[in-house]
Amino acid sequence: MKSRNVATYGMLIALAFILSYIERIITIPIPIPGIKVGLANLVVITALYLMGPKQAFVLSMIRILLVGFTFGNLSTMLFSFAGGILSWILMVLARKIQGLSMTGVSILGGVGHNVGQIAVAMFVVNSTTLIYYLPVLILAGLVAGTVIGILGALLVSSLKHMH
Amino acid sequence: MIKKKDLILAAVILIIALLAVIMITFTKVEGGEAVITVHGKIYKTLPLNEDDIVTVEDESGHYNVIEIKDGNVTMTEANCPDILCVKHRSIHYNHESIVCLPHKVVVEIQAGEENNIDAIAK
Repeated sequence: MKSRNVATYGMLIALAFILSYIERIITIPIPIPGIKVGLANLVVITALYLMGPKQAFVLSMIRILLVGFTFGNLSTMLFSFAGGILSWILMVLARKIQGLSMTGVSILGGVGHNVGQIAVAMFVVNSTTLIYYLPVLILAGLVAGTVIGILGALLVSSLKHMH
Repeated sequence: MIKKKDLILAAVILIIALLAVIMITFTKVEGGEAVITVHGKIYKTLPLNEDDIVTVEDESGHYNVIEIKDGNVTMTEANCPDILCVKHRSIHYNHESIVCLPHKVVVEIQAGEENNIDAIAK
């Protein structure tokens, strides 16, 4: 692997850590532990546009593992994995849609992230009642996705110089 | 950078989600009973018009205390790591729920028999 790539990976993971820490400080009025707004998606989408889908997936998994072991526990990691995988799938597919910019891809990533988490939560608790949280979470994913899309575009353009 | 398709996507998602929120908000009905499920199995069903305090405990010592008072349901105490369930506001509308994910305990408000009879009688 090129040393530049290694350095980029390292930098993005460090950024993911900071974002995850910030996320933990922000309290969300939804009583589901492990449910995150999905700020760390910024790192995944940057990797997606800078390096490619495979690299973005690897980065996402590493991020979830490291952040999970540092800040959370095994059960909260399950939600992160579900959110991360669904988010990645949607973003990779969305990227193929002509006319959809990074912001649109990020929106789907943000929404997918939250939907994935709720889906797993419903499975874990064995109850469909959690579906009532879905509208609020989708809105949160939409907002976060939009912000991250704009930030991501800035990040990618500034990092492209170094590649 | 934002393109037209992004805005369309955002608008579609926004409208669907907002409609859902509005629908849920405006069809809020007072609940009739609180159903406590543990690991997906119904543990106990309590009518909202009777004050009560129930403790749900499992073999590992995980417990949750659910209180019904004046028609409102709250999780007053729990020994889970995040106690988000305890911080949750009180619930009393149909379909509202308090979830303790680590303990897999769910308290859901449902209509209850009385309300169903009213609906049929109408």
